[in-house]
Amino acid sequence: MRNVFLFIRRYITFFTFLFLQAVALWFLFSYNRFHRAKFLGLANEVTGRINTQYNKVEDYFSLKDENKRVHRLNDSLLNLLRTNFLKRDTTVTMVKDSLPYDTAGHYRRYIFRPATVVYNTVNSQKNFIQLNRGAAHGIRDNMAVINSDGSVVGVVVNVSPNFSQVMSLLHVQNSVSASLKKSGDFGTAEWDGKDPGYIWLKRIPKTVQVAKGDTVLTSPVSFNFPPGFMVGTVTDIQLDNTTGMYLLKLKTSANFFNLQQVHVVENVERDEQIRLFEETRKKIDEAKKKPN
Amino acid sequence: MSDFVRNILRFAVFIFLQVYVLNKVPHLHRYITPYIYYLFILWLPFSISRQWLLVVGFLTGLVLDYFTMTPGLHAAACALIAYVRPFMINLLTPKDTSEFNYREPSPKAMQWTPYAVYVLVLTLLHHGYMVFLEWLNFGSFLGFIIKVVATTGISLLLIFTAELLFPRKMKFRTNTA
Repeated sequence: MRNVFLFIRRYITFFTFLFLQAVALWFLFSYNRFHRAKFLGLANEVTGRINTQYNKVEDYFSLKDENKRVHRLNDSLLNLLRTNFLKRDTTVTMVKDSLPYDTAGHYRRYIFRPATVVYNTVNSQKNFIQLNRGAAHGIRDNMAVINSDGSVVGVVVNVSPNFSQVMSLLHVQNSVSASLKKSGDFGTAEWDGKDPGYIWLKRIPKTVQVAKGDTVLTSPVSFNFPPGFMVGTVTDIQLDNTTGMYLLKLKTSANFFNLQQVHVVENVERDEQIRLFEETRKKIDEAKKKPN
Repeated sequence: MSDFVRNILRFAVFIFLQVYVLNKVPHLHRYITPYIYYLFILWLPFSISRQWLLVVGFLTGLVLDYFTMTPGLHAAACALIAYVRPFMINLLTPKDTSEFNYREPSPKAMQWTPYAVYVLVLTLLHHGYMVFLEWLNFGSFLGFIIKVVATTGISLLLIFTAELLFPRKMKFRTNTA
């Protein structure tokens, strides 16, 4: 017996080594078989915390790609919005064309396309934004441009094969049809060329109840903009004595200083609407000229 | 700084370097994974007892294992090199631990050639055993050989670069003091 103990004492290091090997191999093979490691719960707590800290830093390096992915997803979701579709009256016979329908007979009205801002100014009176999408990607004049958070940015005014030029909301000639979310009354949003953080909403009648902080959305009567996208919030209410209308100062919803990813919105029926509008005007005007 | 604190810091640095740098860099090739963390075991002081050396080696491997989710794999390999290390040192520089003029194995303490052999043999053992354990689960024999050689090559490159770039400041000890 004494000899056994002596033997163990003599080779204690070797036995420790064998023991540790056995433990390691037991860990390894039991993990491989059951995919449940020994003490993994506890170890996960610790490594998880350290990994979280590491990820906080690492995420900054992939923010740009992540941003693009989110933007693309947003774009696909925006294309599914219900306001993009109109329900046609089914008692009237319809002529089908190649425009996409969904199964409930809804008719697509707006198409969203993602784009990235490649050039942008805010300090001129006539600010333009350049996007990295052009005629080759289906962008045409008069398409609306909204920011990644759904706030109004501007209208496409010129396209080249690969780029398009957008007249920013911060352009003194720009005017967007906008309506108060609360009452639905609509006016025109314009910029006075002074402060790039604020624009003016004009032609809201005096009778309408307005309060500071009210939300202003794109109106449903615009040819370019889809309804319900944010323009800004009311920060100041003034009365224009010459016209008897309100002059509402709006804080723009889009931050024009850091535009990155935007959506270009196409109104599929715009051509038809405009043609009808022009023809009506011509018809009425010519009728007036005719001697009665 | 005492040996204890210095080695704890070194342990943290090696593990983080392995987990967050070397395991994150895009793979050079499917056979090549750069490893350097076990240099911690090679750098432990001469005076550490063989029992403790084994335990420390095992724990080093196990900590890395819980980061890489391969419990036991690195621990087994590290326990092996921790076991073999004293034999290697005895073989290459036949001195008693108290006769060394420096505390830890380094080119200065052991001369370049014995130190290079020491690193080479332990690296080969570590990778050989680890890849062998991996190979038990899947893989071909040729792949096993190539992987051992390639991984050893890249690890040696890393270790000698580290050795040249970060020469450890060490006190010269004499027995007379």
